[in-house]
Amino acid sequence: MSFLVVSGLEKRFGAVEVLKGIDISVPQGGFLVLVGPSGCGKSTLLNTIAGLETVSAGEILIDGARVNELHPSKRDIAMVFQSYALYPNMNVAKNMSFGMEMRGVPKAERKETVARVASMLQIEDLLERKPGQLSGGQRQRVAMGRALVRDPKIFLFDEPLSNLDAKLRVEMRTEIQKLHQRLGTTVVYVTHDQIEAMTLATVIAVLKDGVLQQVGSPAEIYNTPANIFVADFMGSPSMNLVPARLDKDDGALVVSLKRADGSTTVLPLHRPSDAARAFVGRDVILGLRPENIDDATELNAGSGYHHPLEAHVEVTQPTGADTLAMIRLGGREAVARLRAETDARTGERRRFMVDMSKAVLFDPETEERL
Amino acid sequence: MRADAVETAVRTGRLTRALIYAALLVFAVYYLLPLFVMMVNSFKELDEIRGGNMLALPELATVAPWIKAWNQAQIGVQPTGLAPYFLNSIKMVVPAVVISTLLGALNGYVLTKWRFRGDTLVFALMLFACFIPFQIVLIPMARVLGFLGIAGTTWGLVLVHVVYGLGFTTLFFRNYYAAFPTELVKAAQIDGASFLQIFYRILLPSSGPIIVVTVIWQFTNVWNDFLFGASFADFDSQPMTVALNNLVSSSTGVKEYNVHFAGAVLAAIPTLVVYIVAGRYFVRGLMAGAVKG
Repeated sequence: MSFLVVSGLEKRFGAVEVLKGIDISVPQGGFLVLVGPSGCGKSTLLNTIAGLETVSAGEILIDGARVNELHPSKRDIAMVFQSYALYPNMNVAKNMSFGMEMRGVPKAERKETVARVASMLQIEDLLERKPGQLSGGQRQRVAMGRALVRDPKIFLFDEPLSNLDAKLRVEMRTEIQKLHQRLGTTVVYVTHDQIEAMTLATVIAVLKDGVLQQVGSPAEIYNTPANIFVADFMGSPSMNLVPARLDKDDGALVVSLKRADGSTTVLPLHRPSDAARAFVGRDVILGLRPENIDDATELNAGSGYHHPLEAHVEVTQPTGADTLAMIRLGGREAVARLRAETDARTGERRRFMVDMSKAVLFDPETEERL
Repeated sequence: MRADAVETAVRTGRLTRALIYAALLVFAVYYLLPLFVMMVNSFKELDEIRGGNMLALPELATVAPWIKAWNQAQIGVQPTGLAPYFLNSIKMVVPAVVISTLLGALNGYVLTKWRFRGDTLVFALMLFACFIPFQIVLIPMARVLGFLGIAGTTWGLVLVHVVYGLGFTTLFFRNYYAAFPTELVKAAQIDGASFLQIFYRILLPSSGPIIVVTVIWQFTNVWNDFLFGASFADFDSQPMTVALNNLVSSSTGVKEYNVHFAGAVLAAIPTLVVYIVAGRYFVRGLMAGAVKG
C-alpha cells in the first residue's frame, strides 16, 4: 500500500505555475528521490509535502490521511535543510531537543532521546557546542540528528549534501543509506545530483519546469528513459543522442547512421516496441549509453547483441577506472566508455562494438521514447 | 609588524601616511575641543572664566558648579537643579526605547518572515515616518494626547517617541532579518514552535548586534529630543533637555557659565555611557554558524 501519495498536485505563485499536476506514490519504507535541474520545482514539491507551502490544487496523503490542511508540525515529518538551519543561539543538544520541547515531551525523555540519537550518529562529543563551532560535516550530522529524534513517519531531505566537499558527500551518502536501511522510515529526498539519485533511491521522480517527466526505479529511469530530457539528465557522461533513420531490412528493424564520408552504418534493433515499428522510414534519435560502446573484445564478440561500428576518435580521456573516448557518430560528438587499458589513440579510425540490446529510440519531434 | 603584513586596499608611502595622520589629528582635535572646553570650564570658579582664557586648565579646581547644576540651580521657579528632570528623562527614555525596539523587531520579523500581500507597500509607508519633520506632527499629536488623556505626562512623551521611532526601528530590524535565513523559521515551524515562540526563541537571541544599534539610536534620539519635550511636557514631566534650556536661558541674575557647562555635560553623560557600554557589541557577529560558513 502506498504510504505517501501525491495526486494532481498543482502550485501557483500568482500567475506562475510552479508545479503542474504531480502524481507520485511511495510505499512504506521507500526512498523517493526528486531530481531535476535548478528551478524545476523539486524543492517546492518537498515544501508542499512538509506543509511549508500551501497547494493550489490536488491532494497529499500520508499514511492514508489527507494532510493538505495540517500544520507542518502536525504532519509527523522531519526535515533536513540544505543550509542545515541549525538554531545559531542553541547548542547541539538544545537544537536536537527543541522540537520535543515544543511538543511538550518531558525533560528526562528528551535527554534520553538526544543521548540515544547522538550515540547513533557519533556526535556525543559535540552536544555542548554551538553550531558556529562545528565543521560542515558535523553540522550535517547534527541536522540529521535533529530529524532523527522525532522518529517521524517521513524524513524530508532538501539537498542535504550539496554544501559538503566531494569526499565527505560520498561518505554521508553512504551514511544516509545505512540509516535508511536500519530505520526503514520512508524518505523523500531532493537533489540535483543524478548520482545521489541513482545510488539512494528506490523510486526516482524526474522533474522539469514543474512537470513530472518520469517516475520509476533507478534501473527503469536509467535504461528506459521516458524522453530525451530524462535520458540526457540521468547518467554521467550523459547518454549519446544521435540522429538516425529507422528502416526495415529483411523484415527486421535497423537504424542507419550517416557518416562524414556519406556512407551509412547500419545497426539492427533488438526487441523494438510497437511505437518504433510504426516509425519505419522516418528520422529518429538513437540513444546509446557511453558504456554500450566498447572496444571489440572476446567478451562481446559472440553475444549476438553487439554490432560493429567504425568511428573517428577525436580525443581520449583516461579517468583511471576507465577511459572515455570522444568519437564522431552520425555527425555528432559521442562518448564511448572503454577499459582503462585500451589502446585507442587520438586521431585514429577505430572499430567499436555497440550493445544494441540497450539502445533506445526517441521521436525527434515529441522527444518521447518510442 | 612589517608594513606588508597590514591588510590595506591602497599602498601608501611615508608621505601619504603622514598626511593621513595629520588630517585625522586635525579632525580629532576639532571634535574633541568643545568637550574639552566644557570640561575644563565646568571645574573653574566663575571669576576665572570671566578672566579670559577658555582653553586654560582651571587654576583652582572646584566641583561646586557640578553640585549646583545637579540639585541647587534655579530652574523655572524652583531651585531644584537638574536632578528631577534627569529622572524624568530616564522614566521617559527607558520605556520608549524598550517598546519601540520590541515593536520594531516584531515588525521586521513579520515583514520578512511572514510575508503578506502588499507587505512592501506597508514597509514603504512605515519608512515615511523616518522623513516626516517633527514640526508637522506637533498639532495632530497634541490632539491625540489630549484625546487619550495623557497630555503633559511622561507616558504621553513615551507614546510620542515610540510612534516616531517605529519607522527607524522597523527599518533596522527588517533589513537585519531580511538576511536572516528563512530556513531557520521553517525548521522551527516543523519543530512546532508558534509565531511568537519562533520570534523570541530563535530570532531575538540572534539579534544582538541590531538590538544594540537600535537601542543606541533610539536612546540618543529620545534623550536628546527637545521639541517634543518642550511641546508636550508639563513642569513635572519635563525632560533633561528642556530643563537644561531653562537653566541656561534664564534671563535674570548672573550667567553662571561654569554651572551651564556642568549641566550640559550632565545631560550628555547617559548617551555617552550607552555608547561606551554597548558600542563594542556593534561589530560582533552573532550569526556565525547558522548556515554553512
